[in-house]
Amino acid sequence: MHARMLPYLLILPVTLFLCVFFLYPFVLVSQQAFTTGGGFTLDNFREVIGYWKFPISLSNTLLLAAIVVPVQLALSLLMATMVSRMEKGRDLILYIWTIPLGISDLAAGIIWLAIFEQSGFLNSMLYGVGAIETPINFLSYQNPAIVFLAIALAEIWRATAIMLVILVAGIGLIPKEYYEAAEVFGASPWQRFRRITLPLLRPSLQTALILRVILAFEVFAVVAALGGTLFPVLMGETYAYQFDLLNSGAAAAMALIILALSIASTLVILRVLRIPKGARI
Amino acid sequence: MAEIKIKNVAKRFGSYQALRSIDLTIADQEFMVLLGASGCGKTTLLRIVAGLDAPTEGEVWIGDRRVDHLPPRDRGIAMVFQNYAVFPHLTVFDNIGFGLRMHKLPNEEVARRVERTASLMHIDQLLQRYSGELSGGQRQRVAVARALAMEPDVILMDEPLSNLDALLRLEMRAELKGVLAESKTTAIYVTHDQVEAMSLADRISVMNGGLIVQAATPVEVYRNPAERFVASFIGNPPMNFLPAQNEGEGKWRVAGHSVDGPNAGGDELVFAIRPEDMHPSATGIQATAKVVEPLGPHLLVTCDIEGAMFRAVLDSDMSIRAGEAITLAPQAGRIRWFDPQTSRAVA
Amino acid sequence: MSAVVADTPRTDAVRSGRVLYVASVVLLCAWVIVPLYFLLVNTLSSPEAVTSFPKSFIPAFNLGSLEFFMNFQGMLAALKNSVLVATLTMILSILIGAPAGYALSRFDFAGKELFRLLVLLTRAFPLPLLALPIAVMFINVGLDDTVFGLALVHTTLAVPFAVLITFSLFSGIPTELEEAAWTLGCTRLTAFTKVVLPLILPGITASAIFAFVISWNEVFAAAVLTIENRTLTAFLLQSLAESPLYLKFAGGFILVVPALIFIFAVRKYLFAMWGIANR
Repeated sequence: MHARMLPYLLILPVTLFLCVFFLYPFVLVSQQAFTTGGGFTLDNFREVIGYWKFPISLSNTLLLAAIVVPVQLALSLLMATMVSRMEKGRDLILYIWTIPLGISDLAAGIIWLAIFEQSGFLNSMLYGVGAIETPINFLSYQNPAIVFLAIALAEIWRATAIMLVILVAGIGLIPKEYYEAAEVFGASPWQRFRRITLPLLRPSLQTALILRVILAFEVFAVVAALGGTLFPVLMGETYAYQFDLLNSGAAAAMALIILALSIASTLVILRVLRIPKGARI
Repeated sequence: MAEIKIKNVAKRFGSYQALRSIDLTIADQEFMVLLGASGCGKTTLLRIVAGLDAPTEGEVWIGDRRVDHLPPRDRGIAMVFQNYAVFPHLTVFDNIGFGLRMHKLPNEEVARRVERTASLMHIDQLLQRYSGELSGGQRQRVAVARALAMEPDVILMDEPLSNLDALLRLEMRAELKGVLAESKTTAIYVTHDQVEAMSLADRISVMNGGLIVQAATPVEVYRNPAERFVASFIGNPPMNFLPAQNEGEGKWRVAGHSVDGPNAGGDELVFAIRPEDMHPSATGIQATAKVVEPLGPHLLVTCDIEGAMFRAVLDSDMSIRAGEAITLAPQAGRIRWFDPQTSRAVA
Repeated sequence: MSAVVADTPRTDAVRSGRVLYVASVVLLCAWVIVPLYFLLVNTLSSPEAVTSFPKSFIPAFNLGSLEFFMNFQGMLAALKNSVLVATLTMILSILIGAPAGYALSRFDFAGKELFRLLVLLTRAFPLPLLALPIAVMFINVGLDDTVFGLALVHTTLAVPFAVLITFSLFSGIPTELEEAAWTLGCTRLTAFTKVVLPLILPGITASAIFAFVISWNEVFAAAVLTIENRTLTAFLLQSLAESPLYLKFAGGFILVVPALIFIFAVRKYLFAMWGIANR
């Protein structure tokens, strides 16, 4: 009897913890979003959606995800296949490429600020080669495209590593024999990548994409460091509702909107990259 | 005194019945081998005796204690695992002394026993090494030494030689037999290798489908299989079977040839004979050779007898080629008969 | 088949492919390292040099910026808070997560799949958002604006990883080793402490460090949940608008350094942990 209870005893702490700090707050945030002092209402949602900044911050967030995630996917696939064929220095290269994994989004924002700010390295470089006379204020409202570019670059720089790690681990799980067999049957390197790596990597691609897309919707500190208020995003607006406007109902509604986006994109990714039963390695 | 009594033991994993109803008594100092194909329940039975799995029903007794409710550490057993389970973070010395330390033996006694068993297993030069520095055979020796150092009443072994290469297995097998005979412990040994079973066992329990089909000495199991399953499982190549029709008065018609058999009722029996007990003869069963394989000392001839496959092991001096006809006579006294319905042996 | 015919052009193609390959590897390494180098240059320059133009591309090894950072009002306290929260998170997530990881790897029990689902579910959620209702919850129980309260929220972020990573670690230890220990006189507990624990200790350390980094880097929940007792990330975020550039760079540098060291320390485990934890 004692042995029967042991596993439950062991998972009890985590279960309790997640109930108190994950499920319960989730219920609370939903409650808060759907009430304004009185009963059930959609007022909070009406308010945040009706606010003039909402369409901008929504489209900014989506646009950023739409640009950043595919670039990261391509880049991490490229890096992962490069590493998988590497004989010498593999560990060192992998360490360098995964460095950004340990760097917070805030620090990443600050790092790219060092490049893009008015007295920063980009201006110094342009001045050095004689392209400009005086430094340009890249991160200002006059240059929205450059603000967007800086944020996108910082995001790509910071969060490609997380996909890379998942994909490298995934490629490691594909038996070499498949490639050798394909080579024997005359497949070119590109065909081997198309016909073997990609399909067999689907589970890893799935998790990498889901994780990355969810994180992309949560983009916040990079934007705060680089764009300030020039580039409103959903998470930043949520923060503003909570602290600057002290409207926690609206903040909760924003939180649920971000959550809905995350869930919807997770479902889409699962559907698009679905793996036929029994086709896993 | 450590007799093992297994009484009416059954084990279910969910809806899967791993053991049906096992009754088995293993005498003190007996070497019992559980033999069977994978999935027959032999390892489950061993783990129940060890206390690593609990039986769904039944009792296990070691000596005069009922142990099925006791944890493994209180059963007076030691076990050798298939993949050796040598602790990678401890030296060979600490591995062998692990159990002794857990039982709080004084340091001198631990050292004495470790050295004794290590020299018994010829690993006294390796005491300061870690398992990563050992070969498979050496790890195997450490695992056995670790079990022996406990001076257990019962030693349990789960396919201990199956991960070794063929030559090493042969060497370890002989060594194991000698060491265990000397240690005077009761042993249960699980294997799927019939040669191993034959060479080591005092008695073999042949298992199939969660049941013990036959528990007897190796010679008995080989010569007098209690069931058709045992006859077809033991021996390489296994026994041949041919249908036989009753001609009355103890005569049976096998492939057109009349053979002396049991004076029993019924119209049909199964005639069974080992390949090496068929000899070329002037009169007998007509066969057509299909494949002839010279194996050095013998010639393995696979023939066709009235559409049934039949193997004979013949002297290598014989000259026979595929497609030729051959007449074979069974050696008297080596023929066995099985009931076609129950598959049990008929006396 | 075509190897003989296309012998010479092929070696050329192979060679130029090789050059392209090495060049891309070098370029990608530079892509990661150069921005970090710029941050280092800024950090090791005097405050005046940081704001001057054009900028030098080699560090002056002037500790003025770092000194200013250390003396800045509340910065040291924030640094201390960050370390405290991350350490607490590390301890909590391992203490809570490892037993569950062990249960998942060693037992089959009713509700196992449901439990796995609960753990995996947390990954599909933008967890920092839950800091909003938790802030209210904490006010009610007096945990608001405390290091411990924030550590609890960061543990929610880190514990699913701890569960999945320790699950894979425990699964890597053959059950036979534990069973052998039982037959040699161990209880479940002593078999764990004498056999399993020594073997997974390096892995546990790695996943603890991982939890530390997750907490150390977290911005949103930290900013929402602390007001007086700000962590470094929350402090930097708060002062982004008004603080001078050299303060930001020095702060960013201090944020990056421990993370770099930790990623280096766990690099051996990185792929095993992420590879399995993310399946």
